[in-house]
Amino acid sequence: MRHFAEMFRALDRTTKTNAKVAALAEYFQRVEDQDKLWTIALLSHRRPRRTVNSKLLRAWAAEYANIELWILEESYHVVGDLAETIALVLPPPESDSDQTLTYWIEQVQRLGKLDEEGKKEAVVAAWRVLDTTKRYLFNKLITGGFRVGVSQKLMTRALSKATGIEETNLAHRLMGNWTPDTTSFAELIHSESATDDISRPYPFYLAYQLEVAPQDLGQPEEWQAEHKWDGIRGQLIVRKGELFVWSRGEELVTDKYPEYTPLATLLPGGTVIDGEILPFTEGRPLGFNVLQTRIGRKKVSKKLLKEAPIVLMAYDLLEVDGEDIRTRPMRERRQLLEELLAKHDTGGIIHLSPLVEWAAWEELAQERAQARAKYSEGLMLKRRNSPYRQGRKKGDWWKWKVDPLTIDAVMMYAQRGHGRRANLYTDFTFGVWDGDQLVPFTKAYSGLTDKEFNRITSWVRKNTVERFGPVRSVKPYHVFEIGFEGIRKSSRHKSGVALRFPRMLRWRKDKPVKEANTKEDLLALLAKYGG
Amino acid sequence: MPLLEFTERGIYCARADVYIDPWKPVDRALITHGHADHSRWGHRHYLTTRTAAPVIQYRRGDINISTVEFGEMTTINGVKFSFHPAGHIIGSAQIRVEYGGEIWVASGDYKLEDDGLSEAYEPVKCHHFITESTFGLPVYRWQPQEVVFADINAWWRANQAAGKVSLLTGYALGKAQRLLCGLDTSIGTIYTHGAIENTNEVVRRQGIDLPPTTRVSPAIDKKEYPGNIVVTTPGSIGQPWVKKFGQASVGAASGWMSLRGARRRRGADRGFVLSDHCDWPGLLTAIKLTEAENIYVTHGYTAIFSRHLRGLGLNAVELETEFEGELAEMSTTNETESE
Repeated sequence: MRHFAEMFRALDRTTKTNAKVAALAEYFQRVEDQDKLWTIALLSHRRPRRTVNSKLLRAWAAEYANIELWILEESYHVVGDLAETIALVLPPPESDSDQTLTYWIEQVQRLGKLDEEGKKEAVVAAWRVLDTTKRYLFNKLITGGFRVGVSQKLMTRALSKATGIEETNLAHRLMGNWTPDTTSFAELIHSESATDDISRPYPFYLAYQLEVAPQDLGQPEEWQAEHKWDGIRGQLIVRKGELFVWSRGEELVTDKYPEYTPLATLLPGGTVIDGEILPFTEGRPLGFNVLQTRIGRKKVSKKLLKEAPIVLMAYDLLEVDGEDIRTRPMRERRQLLEELLAKHDTGGIIHLSPLVEWAAWEELAQERAQARAKYSEGLMLKRRNSPYRQGRKKGDWWKWKVDPLTIDAVMMYAQRGHGRRANLYTDFTFGVWDGDQLVPFTKAYSGLTDKEFNRITSWVRKNTVERFGPVRSVKPYHVFEIGFEGIRKSSRHKSGVALRFPRMLRWRKDKPVKEANTKEDLLALLAKYGG
Repeated sequence: MPLLEFTERGIYCARADVYIDPWKPVDRALITHGHADHSRWGHRHYLTTRTAAPVIQYRRGDINISTVEFGEMTTINGVKFSFHPAGHIIGSAQIRVEYGGEIWVASGDYKLEDDGLSEAYEPVKCHHFITESTFGLPVYRWQPQEVVFADINAWWRANQAAGKVSLLTGYALGKAQRLLCGLDTSIGTIYTHGAIENTNEVVRRQGIDLPPTTRVSPAIDKKEYPGNIVVTTPGSIGQPWVKKFGQASVGAASGWMSLRGARRRRGADRGFVLSDHCDWPGLLTAIKLTEAENIYVTHGYTAIFSRHLRGLGLNAVELETEFEGELAEMSTTNETESE
C-alpha cells in the first residue's frame, strides 16, 4: 500500500488538477494491474462491502490507544472523520508493512467471514504494522467514502495518460455494473467492445447554472426549453430484453422502482433514455419529499407504491436500435425520442417532458416565473444542435432555476462542521419570531465564504449561552437571509414545516434581530407554496 | 481566599495585588511571554524575563517594564514569585507563586521538546497548576522536530528543482525563528517577511544567533526568488504581496496541520506539523511532573481535557479566559501570534 499511500498524499497536498492527474498517472504506471483495478474501483465509489461496523471499530481503537471511548468520540467531533481520528489516536506502529493495496483489501474482505474476536484481532494486527497515512487508508477501506478531491473525470484523464487509451472511450468503459471481483483490469480497459456489459450506461451530461442573462445566449430559435423536474436524474436502458435503471450517482436502482419493470418488454432492445425519475400522479409531479420516501428503500410496499408512484419524465434518447446516437444533434434525438414513444405505448410509465412553446426570451422568463405553479424548479435550456456530451460542460445545456424563496431568520444554535470544516462553526439552526420567542425552523450549512465562517466562529465562541455536546446555543443577534427551493408541512419538525435546500444567501448585518421574519410569515409561505 | 483567583481582568493574586497575563489594563502585570494574548496593552508595570522583555518592549512601545532572571525570586508582600522556562518561545516562562507553603504555577503556553532556541522547559512541582490545552486531544502527537525539518528541507529542495519559490508560513514571533534555525542554509537564500525580520532584528540584538536572512523588498530583483525560500506570516498568503514570487509552493507549519481538514482549509500545498504547544502526551507528562492535584485548564479543548484529567483522579476545572490559542491560530485571515 506504500504506492497508494504516496499517491494519496500527493493528491491530498494539492488542489491543482494537473498535479493530481500527474500523480495519479504516475501511480497507474507504477503498480500491478490488480492494484490499478482496485484504485479505479475505490475512486469510482465501488468500495468493498462493509465487514465491520463503526461502533466496534471505535471500541477497538479506544482500547488499543488506551483512551476512554468518550474521548475518542469527542475527538471524532473535532476531526470530522472517523478513519482519520482512529489513525491519529493509535500509538505509533511497531513495523512498516510493504503489502500491496490488493492485499489489504483482501484482508478487509476476509473480515466478513470472521467472528467478532477474529475481526478485532485482524484489525489490530493491521494497525500495528501501518503508519498513520496507511492506517487512515486501511480504516477508509473499512468505513468507506474515499473523498480525495478526485472526480471520475480526473481519474479517467490520468488513466488515459497512463494507458494511452482515449479519454471518452475510457469513461464509457469504466461505467456500469462491474466490481473488481467480476472483472480484471485487462477486461475492463482493453476489451474490444464497450457494449459487452449490457447494463453499461453512458456518462451523464450535466448542466451548469446559467450565469448570464438568457438574452446573451443568442437567438431563441437555437434553443429548446423545458421544465426542470425535481426528481432524480436517471438513465433507463433496455437491452436484450433486460431493463437497467441508473441514477446519476452511477448507482443501479432498477429494483427500487418496480414501476419500470414492464418496460423490459414494452420497449425495443437497444434503447437508452435519459430522463427524470419523478413521483407523479393525476397529471402532476409530487414534491421531492414524496420521492424521498422511496430513495432509501430497496423493498417497496404496496402502500408506498400507491402513495408515491413513480414515472420517468423522458427528455433525451442516447441509444436507438443498439446504436449510440449521442453525437447527433439534440433536435434529432428529441425527434427520435418522440417517435419512439409514439410507436411504443408504455401505459403511462414514461412521460415525454413537454417542450415550452416560446419565441422570445421575455416569454420564456414569464414561463420560468410560473415554474413553481407547474411543480418544477425552473427551466432547462438546451442548444438544439448540441451533441450529448460527457460530464459537466459549459455552453450547450443550462439550468435556469427559479429564484429561491427567502426568509430572514435569527441564528439560534451553532455546531462544528465536518472534514474540511471541522473546528469551524458552520452548521447553524435558525429561528423566526413567534411573539417574543424564537422558534427554530431550519438548519443551514452553506452559503458563506471561509472568511465569513471564520468570523462567525469567533463570534459563536464569545457568545455561547449554553453547550449541549457539540452544539452551542448563542445569543440571538445575527440575522441571515435563508434561501430555499420549497416548503412543506412536516410533523417531524417542531416548527411544523420543512424546507428544501435551505442555505444562507446573505449575512444581514444591516438588519436588527427584532426585524427578522415571524412564524406568521413562514406560515404564509407554506400556504402559498406548500401545496 | 485562594492564592490565585480567576477574575474578569485575568489571573489575580490579591495578597500581592498582581495579575498574571491579564487581558484588561491593570497596575502590575507579570507576563509569561510576548504573544499578544498574553502580553496585552495598557498595564502600568510589566514584569517578565530578561529574554522575553525585548520583544514585548518592541511590540508595546514605551512601557514600564522590569525584568528578572529565570529562577530569581521576587517577593511581594510575602508572596514569592519566580519565573521558570516554559520552552514555548524565547524567554517564555511559567510563573511560580508561593505563599505559606502553598505553591501555584501559571504555565502560560508551553512545550516539552527542546527546540534549541527557547530556554528548555523545566517541570516545576506545585499544588495548583494552571495549564493550556490548545492541543488537548489524543489526535495530536508531534514528531521530533528533526523529522519535521527534514521534511521541510526536502520540500524546499523539490521546489527548487521545479524552479519554484518556497513560501513557508509561521507566526512572526516564535515559530518563524524556530523555522529559520531548522532550515538547511546550504540549499539557498532565506528571505523573510517584514514583520518577521523586525522580530529577527530584536532577537539578534539580544545576542541570539539566527541564520542569515534577507528582508523581502522592492529593491530585490524578482528573478532572485525562484529556488529560494521565503519565511512569511500566515496572513500574507493570498495577499497581493506574494504575487511577486511567481510560481510558488506554500507550506504551513503549525500543530493544526495534523488534521486533514485543517490542511485543506488552510489552502497550503504542504502542511508541516510543528507546534510550540504541547501535544497530548506532552500535556499529560507535564501535568504528572508537576505532581499537582488541582489543575485549571485555561484555553483550548478545556471541557474535554479537564474531564479526562478528572478521570485520572485529578481535581481539574475548566476556566473561561481570554487566552486565544485555538481560535487565534485557526484564523486564516488575520495575523495572529499565539503559536
